[in-house]
Amino acid sequence: MTTTDTSTDRHPDGTDPNLAVDAALPVEPVVAAALETSDKVASHLHPGGSFEVEDHPVPTGREEVWRFTPMRRIQPMFEPRPTDDAEGDPAAEYELSLPEGVRQGVLAPGQAPRGTVLVPADRPAAIASAQVSEALHLVVPAELELAEPIRIGVTGRGAGRRANAHYVVEAGAHSRATLVLHHRGSAEHNGNLEVVVGDGASLTVISIQDWDDDAIHTGQHEARVGRDASYQHIAVSFGGDVVRLQSNVSYASVGGRAELLGLYFVDSGQHIEHRLFVDHNTPRSESNVDYRGALQGAGAHSVWIGDVLIRKAAEGIDTYESNRNLVLTDGCRADSVPNLEIETGEIAGAGHAATTGRFDDEQLFYLRSRGIDETEARRLVVHGFFADIIRRIGIPEVEQLLLSAVERELAVTVGTPALTA
Amino acid sequence: MATLEIKDLHVSVETEAGPKPILNGVDLTIRSGETHAIMGPNGSGKSTLAYSIAGHPKYQITSGSVTLDGEDLLGMTVDERARAGLFLAMQYPVEVPGVSVANFLRTAKTAIDGEAPKIRTWVKDVTTALDKVQLDSSFVQRSVNEGFSGGEKKRHEIAQLELLNPKFAVLDETDSGLDIDALRVVSDGVNRFTGQGDRGLLLITHYTRILRYIKPDFVHVFVKGRVAEQGGPELAERLEAEGYDRYVREAAGA
Repeated sequence: MTTTDTSTDRHPDGTDPNLAVDAALPVEPVVAAALETSDKVASHLHPGGSFEVEDHPVPTGREEVWRFTPMRRIQPMFEPRPTDDAEGDPAAEYELSLPEGVRQGVLAPGQAPRGTVLVPADRPAAIASAQVSEALHLVVPAELELAEPIRIGVTGRGAGRRANAHYVVEAGAHSRATLVLHHRGSAEHNGNLEVVVGDGASLTVISIQDWDDDAIHTGQHEARVGRDASYQHIAVSFGGDVVRLQSNVSYASVGGRAELLGLYFVDSGQHIEHRLFVDHNTPRSESNVDYRGALQGAGAHSVWIGDVLIRKAAEGIDTYESNRNLVLTDGCRADSVPNLEIETGEIAGAGHAATTGRFDDEQLFYLRSRGIDETEARRLVVHGFFADIIRRIGIPEVEQLLLSAVERELAVTVGTPALTA
Repeated sequence: MATLEIKDLHVSVETEAGPKPILNGVDLTIRSGETHAIMGPNGSGKSTLAYSIAGHPKYQITSGSVTLDGEDLLGMTVDERARAGLFLAMQYPVEVPGVSVANFLRTAKTAIDGEAPKIRTWVKDVTTALDKVQLDSSFVQRSVNEGFSGGEKKRHEIAQLELLNPKFAVLDETDSGLDIDALRVVSDGVNRFTGQGDRGLLLITHYTRILRYIKPDFVHVFVKGRVAEQGGPELAERLEAEGYDRYVREAAGA
């Protein structure tokens, strides 16, 4: 963690001292000239946020950012309610597992680094921020490389019970760490995650939405990536009635890399929405977004909104975003909207792709022509569809969890698994 | 002794202008131990014959029959045909992203044999089969056909032929797009298959080149969706000298 990062605070006028620091570096004269003095330049989909709940009126559902979300079902999340804890009966249980060397503390609202990265972008995020007086603060000291992941297990203890959360995670300079955030049970969970990735650090965040069928989950995961640092965020959504997660990234300096991956399996009646925002606010940063989902059953609805903003300062950046949906049955709906907002053409690359399709008949034919029956062939194709993402996780136990979750979901439509050889 | 028998086979494909007939009465009998070459110009329906036998849903059988030892192949699903002993090496093997060659081969072998292969010997069998077609054993980690070169795809098909060892194999233009070295590797694999003595082979090709390495017992000239002429290996030599022009003209004049 550099001192610049930890002391960073957003100025009242909206300027960001991080950018000013970079601009002053003598080795970057071209950059200095190109840098904007404000980071509040408009992104059409992502106007500047606010910590004030009342600055975020209750959405009607006609707003661009809410138009895909089922308003009636998500309504409870718009109410600024405290966590529904009772004596000896919390709304959610939090199980924390910290590898040696990781420091733990709490942060009040406005106590840096809390609030320096995550400015609530919508009403639920503002409510989570306002309602959590003591945010869990985890620090991976500089240069510490963790062999084991940090784990936060969240188990909701009842549908309709509000559980607000706010976590602040700092990965110190040149540290290497993984955080697994595992959601189970049921709740109205409103969870913010604020991440500072220090210079040269490498941090992976895996957020698993393994909820019961009646859970509602809103959240904003916001990261700032330091100089030459790398950040990986992997959203895995299987359970819940409504899940609406934002995974956002901006850069504190040059040379940062962000990889936002996602995997979802949407069943009948479920609404699973992932919203990505990569703010390329500095030169020579990279981002790669790859989300894949399978849908099955009447009323299964997935939403993927990928937004990449390439600011005037962001010369030499490289970005690609992709969303692929595999529709397994009739009656599903996959909304997929990739956006690029480009303010400079002086970049290495920018592209996006979104596809939604059924099983590839040629793939099925090829597998079946080798004697593999239709059910098994479909399982292979779906596994293969997700494999690229699963394989990039690199934690055997999480990979195994995902594979068995995919298996469980597939058993619903495609059939029960064959004997494993 | 097994027999693959094709009788008066008529096949159409759906087009915007309605069903279009491709095969117009194909008769062909292949017995185990025999190698048959089907040769013909582009668009004569050679590949349609291969895919129709294997059961590709794009092709509608309008009349005729295909039987394997008297069993009606056309009444079977694609995978049932494979389990009955039929193998199709495809001209354009399909990429299946995310499914490893190792997983694919083991799943296919398990399906064909009705039981999982012995773990002790299987890995070695796979490595040996890949080695015989000059594919590195690291290929088992790769996704099926994904990023393979044209030659690697064809050699992968032959490795499957070796491992699954069907009663009858249909090779659909396996020789096309191969350089001379790859052609030799593929031919050697096919010759090992037929060399067992009790396997049937239907080799579909546009060029006579592969027949220098694989000696057919019978040659069928395929024009306009039917067999226009049949003969022994000498027919292939004549085709090499004369080309298909004569048959195409005759068919056009008929």
